[in-house]
Amino acid sequence: MTPLLEIEGLSVGFPTEGGGETLAVRDLSLTMGREKVGIVGESGSGKSLTARAILGVQSTSARVAARKIRFDGIDLGRASPRTLRALRGDRIGMIMQDPRHSLNPVHRIGDQIVESIRLGARAEGRRLSRRAALGLARDMLASVDIRDPDRVLRLYPHEVSGGMGQRVMIAIAFVREPDLLIADEITSALDVTVQARVLEILDEMISRRDMGLIFISHDLPLVSRFCDRVLVMYQGRVVEEIAARDLSRATHPYTQGLMRCMPQIDGDRAPLPVLARDDAWLEADG
Amino acid sequence: MIEIEGLDVWYGTGRQAAHVVRDASLRVERGQSFGLVGESGSGKSTILRAVTGLVPHWSGTIRVDGIDARDGHRGPDRPRFLRAVQMVFQDPFASLHPKRLVGDAISEPMRINRMDDVAARTEALFDAIGLTPSHRFRYPHELSGGQRQRIAIARALALEPDVLLLDEPTSALDVSIQAEILNLLDRLRQERGLTYLIVSHDLAVISHMCGRLAVMKEGRIVETLDRDVLARGAAREAYTRDLIAASGRGSAA
Repeated sequence: MTPLLEIEGLSVGFPTEGGGETLAVRDLSLTMGREKVGIVGESGSGKSLTARAILGVQSTSARVAARKIRFDGIDLGRASPRTLRALRGDRIGMIMQDPRHSLNPVHRIGDQIVESIRLGARAEGRRLSRRAALGLARDMLASVDIRDPDRVLRLYPHEVSGGMGQRVMIAIAFVREPDLLIADEITSALDVTVQARVLEILDEMISRRDMGLIFISHDLPLVSRFCDRVLVMYQGRVVEEIAARDLSRATHPYTQGLMRCMPQIDGDRAPLPVLARDDAWLEADG
Repeated sequence: MIEIEGLDVWYGTGRQAAHVVRDASLRVERGQSFGLVGESGSGKSTILRAVTGLVPHWSGTIRVDGIDARDGHRGPDRPRFLRAVQMVFQDPFASLHPKRLVGDAISEPMRINRMDDVAARTEALFDAIGLTPSHRFRYPHELSGGQRQRIAIARALALEPDVLLLDEPTSALDVSIQAEILNLLDRLRQERGLTYLIVSHDLAVISHMCGRLAVMKEGRIVETLDRDVLARGAAREAYTRDLIAASGRGSAA
């Protein structure tokens, strides 16, 4: 069976002043099916750049190279811009951290969902009336646990809370029923109780539709509870790949360091162990 | 050191006013660290802002080191009050002047207050926060997030305050850098006999840093408890236990 996503030897580099290049993602490989894969690491470790490179939406100064990036057998490196556009949103969806940045501030939430639904229909060669699309939008909001969808459809993005906005983003991403969803720090700005509810909704949607998920987060305990498998990134390199539930028994000193430096509610209040970084972690077998 | 009794805070006035803190009371002894924990909008940061005098409409009593905050914010005790109480904000990028060298950001409060040996004091502060004096010629954007927060802490310490008010001091940082900043804050408190009032949404951070804490919800303190009670999983209120469960940290969950 064709894997949903196959990445081999992905690197993302940025030009430096001296005419050289710094690598922000180094030789990353990932083969995944319809499962929940977490990518964790500190800021600047290359998590988000990896996600953008898969979608082909990196910044223009970035140089992306890979031996292979295939989505459901389609070679994304060789695909035409037209094919890529058709895949984005329709078969590969992405949700970002801050709904207030992802939604257009001057359009009502309902109009933005309706636009996405109708574009999706048109991509499949169907025509969908505004009224029918509005009906679908209402159902989508209800399915992400929004109790009063008609009211929310009329609101502008600044009129909803962070948790509500993030549920709207999930609804928009799911409207097109993608096969692969990339979620980049989608719960980091939310309160823990809201976070739990958003993840519950996401989890339920993913298992019901049998999708693949790439879940990017800096929160290791959260990923450990939520995902099936985790890649740990340090300065652009995957230093460890491990079953999510085994994260507390990680073997790489970097992963161990990240787990140990977190305060615990029932900890002993001694000074927290700080992470001692080692340049050897950047070597291929470090 | 800090006494708050029956504090109510409103944003706005008249019929539009939002009543954001309701009847909050707490006490922090000298040299202790007290945590305020809760979700966004629970009023925890507003309490800090009320102590420093950043909210216009409040009632109740606030005293720091025996100084009544009404005299401290506007009245005759203002110079003494402002030197005794300093605040550290969540985002040092927003709280440091982007076009001023960080060394000047640290020495500025000392110059304004005409303190002596400003240069030597500035150097000692760089040492205390784990940076070198050569960092003083950098701009905020030339430092990492953790280094910027260290600078914000040094600036807050410049006037040798008794009390630091810390508003989500590490929530913008990676956990590895958070550990370094929490260790630094803990060491400074012990070395200098500082009193901390710390606001965080992260129960684990509060439990690590504070001997006592208050849990807030919708403007009210729902429970005030010792850290050891929290760590034992013996919190009384359902809401506190919900927060512990949702945070998914520690065996108390």
